[in-house]
Amino acid sequence: MTTTLTPRPPATRRAERGGFLTTLHAEWTKFRTVRGWVLAMVAALLVTIVVGLLGTAAPGPAGTGSASYPKGPGGEAVNDNFYLVHKTLTGAGSLTVDLRSLTAAADAGTGGKPARSAQPWAKAGIIMKQSLTQGSPYAAVMATGGHGVRMQYDYTHDTAGPSGKVSKESPRRLRLVRSGDRLTGYTSTDGSRWTKVDSVKLPGLAHTVRAGFFVASPEAKQDTAAGAGFSPAVATGTFGVPGLKGGWSQGAWSGTQVGGDAGTSGSYTNTTEGGFTQTAGAFTVTGAGDIAPVVGGPVMGGGFSVENFLVGTFAGLIVVIAVATVFITGEYRRGLLRTTMTAIPLRGRVLGAKALVVGGIAFAVGLVAAAITIPIGERGALGRGFHVFPVTSATELRVVAGTGLLCAAAAVLALGVGTLLRRSATAVALVVASIVLPFLLATSGVLPPGVSQWLLRVTPAAGFAVQQTLPYYAQVLSVYEPSTGYYPLTPWAGSAVLCGYAALAFGPAVVRLRGRDV
Amino acid sequence: MSLLSDARPMSKADRTGHGGFGLALRAEWTKSRTAGGTGRLLLLAFALTVAVGCGTAKAVKCPDTGCGQDAVKLALTGVTVGQAVIAVFAVLAVSGEYGTGMIRTTLTAVPNRLTVLIAKATVLTTVVLAFGTVTVLSSLLAGRHILPGNGFTEAHGYAPVSLADGPTLRATAGSVLYLALIALIGLGVALAVREAATAIGIVFGLLYLFPVVTQVVHDPDWQRHLQQIAPMTAGLAVQDTVNLPGMPIGPWAGLGVLAAWAAAALLVGGLLLQRRDA
Repeated sequence: MTTTLTPRPPATRRAERGGFLTTLHAEWTKFRTVRGWVLAMVAALLVTIVVGLLGTAAPGPAGTGSASYPKGPGGEAVNDNFYLVHKTLTGAGSLTVDLRSLTAAADAGTGGKPARSAQPWAKAGIIMKQSLTQGSPYAAVMATGGHGVRMQYDYTHDTAGPSGKVSKESPRRLRLVRSGDRLTGYTSTDGSRWTKVDSVKLPGLAHTVRAGFFVASPEAKQDTAAGAGFSPAVATGTFGVPGLKGGWSQGAWSGTQVGGDAGTSGSYTNTTEGGFTQTAGAFTVTGAGDIAPVVGGPVMGGGFSVENFLVGTFAGLIVVIAVATVFITGEYRRGLLRTTMTAIPLRGRVLGAKALVVGGIAFAVGLVAAAITIPIGERGALGRGFHVFPVTSATELRVVAGTGLLCAAAAVLALGVGTLLRRSATAVALVVASIVLPFLLATSGVLPPGVSQWLLRVTPAAGFAVQQTLPYYAQVLSVYEPSTGYYPLTPWAGSAVLCGYAALAFGPAVVRLRGRDV
Repeated sequence: MSLLSDARPMSKADRTGHGGFGLALRAEWTKSRTAGGTGRLLLLAFALTVAVGCGTAKAVKCPDTGCGQDAVKLALTGVTVGQAVIAVFAVLAVSGEYGTGMIRTTLTAVPNRLTVLIAKATVLTTVVLAFGTVTVLSSLLAGRHILPGNGFTEAHGYAPVSLADGPTLRATAGSVLYLALIALIGLGVALAVREAATAIGIVFGLLYLFPVVTQVVHDPDWQRHLQQIAPMTAGLAVQDTVNLPGMPIGPWAGLGVLAAWAAAALLVGGLLLQRRDA
């Protein structure tokens, strides 16, 4: 031999150079030219849309007028329903009042049973609010049935003050001071030593506001062995003689049920209604409802959240998983893999290219399906008189992109499992079952919430968390469980679990593909 | 027309028509018995069913009277998961043959396709019934041991789970039949689409999509209708032993709905098997 042997034969170098793009192109051509797979992916897109729209196509509740939740200053859906005894306050000023008791209102319909204690989140206190319109900015300092004194503003903000229950023996003095756009809440038990609860800024608050005292009570939640139940609850607060400072309007106090009724999270009983009585300058106020963000679960009322429209993702996923599995098992069955491996001996690269192709297509399918379904579903539901839970554009973007990611991760998982098992039926069944079954078991309500939450933490079904738009607020009582659409993991953490499973299948698949004969 | 159909002489068809069914049945049994993975799949189905049943029975508590839980249904929850494996088993019985080309041999040996279909269905049903009986009884037995520890006691209104109790016996026998019907759906779908992955996708979609969609339907009437026509929810109604009047569909009526789905799947699969080339 006269020629020197180069360490690497030129052919390999060429493969390295043209490398990954060539492989990618080869895999893309394989996918593109199998008509069944292309049609199946189109079908996945269509079933996601159609199942989602049909699933939410039920006729709306009869005789409802307005079909949207009131929106708070931050654009979030709110309940703004309470009984308010008010005057107008112009410019700076303050209101100080004793809250002598906060109890559940007696229900005349059930024989006027003795007043029970108020609901933990029943509220009575002082509020200053832009207007009587629902969703307008406000700040309030209040005593609650079971969570002590709080200062809350603009629906979502909640600061805890001193704890303890209100009673005749231990009244709470509350004071709310406005100066400019700053509102400060104080509380005291004896009238001499005042504790500042919080001081908040409400930029753009009108010069003249409605101010006075209010009572609200969300529905009572009962935890039974058969699950949580909600029943109407009404609260009564007795206030002392109010002390006013500043630019208050003259004339009598007037009473208003803000929002007209008690909203989606509260309700009056058949025999109670909101109202107030005034005796010797002191007030007794009865009210139901809540001043708080709307959350999911039974307190949401008849409405849809964005993820409801995406229920078809399950249907689409099954198709995507089947195609992604056959993308590799089909090569085994037909012996094409031998050709593939001869053409591109780097097996990890082949599998990587396959994952990129099928994952990319699956991502597009999920993304496009979600982007089409959500607006159509929303418009349809609103037209039929349903509430639609409003979300910010950023959240909507996260849900749409997340649905794409969900499909992509499931596709890569299926590809990995398909490579490991080399049998399409078993692989498809395993992947579909591992994603859909835990979800079904967790949300069906058979299992206790704790077990359901674990199922949605440790199985691939955790990935659906990325579609959740319903918010959680500690100051609103609801059922925050998988059966009402609450996932135990944050959207991206849930997604990460599914992606972890995909990686866990894909890594060993590369190793196995390298290690064994085709 | 296919080569096989052309090569189907009348006399041979007649011969198979006479004594053929026993032989076809035997052939199917041999295939089912000796195919790789049959035992492993059934073992997996058994383990999953019993494990999920035990897990559920262990997890659900009944702290006082009137917790409204259905003890028997809890013990048999595993069927929801085990059915997936049974569906795979049934699909593989057909698409495995299409995948390897064995189906051509089968149809050459037994040219009467209806005979093949009936033989396959009979063997599959028999195997699943036998398997189901063992599995469902084991789940029930496990539940009988676990549930009293979670408050499902006489004091809370729960007699020990026993087959002497009418509804329990019905739930048990019904669950076995349920699994057999699921297998027949798998068989029908696999005959119709031939390809394993597609068949599995369709069967799982049929089973699991309805309950998922039902969750977002607000209208109670629609919800009820969906639960009445869905193969899985209607079929599993056969496991209900408490609060029967409040259920969307009666136990046997529900199993009837599932049977209708299975019949439809077999009809479509059988027709396509008759009509087209192997």
